[in-house]
Amino acid sequence: MSLIELKDIKKTYVMGDILLPVLKGLSLKAEKGEMLALTGVSGSGKSTLMNILGCLDRPTSGEYWLDGAEVSKLDNDARAMVRNRKIGFVFQNFNLLARTSALENVIMPLGYTASHMSEKEMVEAGKAMLERVGLGDRMDHEPSRLSGGQQQRVAIARALVNKPQILFADEPTGNLDSHMSDEILDIFREINANEHVTIILVTHEPDVAHRAKRIIKLVDGEIADDVILEPTR
Amino acid sequence: MRKFRVLKNAVKAICRNPTRTFLTTLGIVIGIAAVIALMEVGAGAQKALQNSVASMGVNTIRVWPGTIVRGGVSTGAGARANLTMTDVEGIMKNCDSVARVSPIVSVRGQIIYGGKNWSPFSINGVSADYLEISGWEIEEGEPINQRQVDRGAKVCLIGATIVRELFDGENPVGKGLRIQNVVFKIIGVLKAKGANMMGMDQDDCVIAPWTSVKARLKGAGSTSVTSASSSTTTTTTSTTTASSTYTEGVSLYPPVSNSNMPPVRFANVDSLVVEAKSQEDLYKAVEEVSASLRETHRLAPDVTDDFNIRTMAEFTNFLTQQTKTTTNLLLCVAFVSLVVGGVGIMNIMLVSVTERTREIGLRMAVGARARDILRQFLIESIVICIFGGIVGILVGHGTSLALSKFMGWPVSLSYSAIALSVGVSALVGVVFGYYPAWKAARLDPIEALRYE
Repeated sequence: MSLIELKDIKKTYVMGDILLPVLKGLSLKAEKGEMLALTGVSGSGKSTLMNILGCLDRPTSGEYWLDGAEVSKLDNDARAMVRNRKIGFVFQNFNLLARTSALENVIMPLGYTASHMSEKEMVEAGKAMLERVGLGDRMDHEPSRLSGGQQQRVAIARALVNKPQILFADEPTGNLDSHMSDEILDIFREINANEHVTIILVTHEPDVAHRAKRIIKLVDGEIADDVILEPTR
Repeated sequence: MRKFRVLKNAVKAICRNPTRTFLTTLGIVIGIAAVIALMEVGAGAQKALQNSVASMGVNTIRVWPGTIVRGGVSTGAGARANLTMTDVEGIMKNCDSVARVSPIVSVRGQIIYGGKNWSPFSINGVSADYLEISGWEIEEGEPINQRQVDRGAKVCLIGATIVRELFDGENPVGKGLRIQNVVFKIIGVLKAKGANMMGMDQDDCVIAPWTSVKARLKGAGSTSVTSASSSTTTTTTSTTTASSTYTEGVSLYPPVSNSNMPPVRFANVDSLVVEAKSQEDLYKAVEEVSASLRETHRLAPDVTDDFNIRTMAEFTNFLTQQTKTTTNLLLCVAFVSLVVGGVGIMNIMLVSVTERTREIGLRMAVGARARDILRQFLIESIVICIFGGIVGILVGHGTSLALSKFMGWPVSLSYSAIALSVGVSALVGVVFGYYPAWKAARLDPIEALRYE
């Protein structure tokens, strides 16, 4: 069974009297441990697709099976639980909490569901994650004192702290220079290789997309191209 | 533990913007401080009023003899000579709500010291408890004791007015004061009380043991000054024999004692003053005193009272009501400022929600449910309010202490005010924090994440 399976997903926005179809019956399968890139020009529907895949939004119609469960019909609270347990997010603008140390930023998601963990365990998990992304010496730093690349690494640590099965990265390198972009993408590849976390990169940059193992190109809300660059082990 | 974690997060979030938190809290601090200060000052004022009213004798009951109607002619109130020490003892024995009783024997007359003379407003013969009952304090010297009462000692206490009129800066204690040509030794000076409710100078008085006044001074026991004019009726003539005491104060009667009680008409007193144990007990005390007097006077159930009982309860009630009304009015004003503070909190929380839209979106993306967001913002505003409440209590209490120091207002710590304020500030936090929190909770995570 696939980790992700989309069946005829449609998403239509209603703008007053006008119906605006963004996703027009899209089907897709992704296995555990894949690293795929969603590309397409702006307006092609890749952000909408990512929101649906990330359980932030619900499709207008169609089925979305995630890890063996149909999640497209879940209510807000249930989807919040899915996001917390199975999904990690990395954003273009990092979205770290200002005036909050890197460590506290990382353990923030644990505060919502990990009631079984003690304060100490949470801190331990956060530290381990920060060390994992190479920021073991910057745990107490606030985001304003970190470079863009470092901030994005904190964000990755935060996304991984709940041990999710899928990591969504929405233009993760959009605000970074090429050197830092490479660093971040290396981390993604490493995580994908070592921990078999499925990674979905949303990007419009071909260079970034080519670091993935599979590229899905969206055009006008439909999959125009699905290329496997390297087979997933 | 979860709750504790949420609280910790709230405190952290609040500490992230200390200036704003301070300004927000200020509204609540001022509101709560005003409530606390007003309640404490109000309670203190009420207490002070009660004390000063008590010193005017509001806890007290006056018992006057009744009237006599003989041949269709009424003698007026207080003409009967039927109040005695037996009544006093009866009251002390039978009435649970009564703290103390003192008889009062009044005379009028001239007092002389050195080359000066004066006619005091009152010369009262009383028992040792009288000073306590009527709230007199001794400025200098000593109060009258029971032994002096028992043996009819020629001692007296004088009020501040008399000190001023007769003594001219001299210390009167130990001096001899001539009352109706009988020399009484002044053993103490009363602390000034000022005018009473009718505007009469209370300090223009001489207080002596009732036995001494009764036995040694002219006109004692003539029940009242006004009835002296009606002495053509036979009622008071008998008592005036007490005044046939001659100049040197030689005792015509042996000192009053239980074993050697003179006949009623010689042992009668003009009135009784009874102190209830508390203001609340006043009505009960009236009932009990009345019953006791009927018993000692052996009145049949169908006979009307041969005495009159008067209290100042209505006056006290009026005064208490008055302070309460004023305090409540001020409290209303204070509550308005509290509400204004609450609106300030709502305002800031709304700004904070807008400002932190991205944070809210992020928290939702990583798995916060709407209710988690709601709770987070609600707890933040409650924490601000309770913190403000605590600071407000301190500031308010400090203010009332300062007021008491500079203005001489009495202040009493009001625990109910503190409990109420903490409750109210938490309530303000919930009420005014709810709308912003609800707004935050119903944000769409996608929109919120994209918010610039």
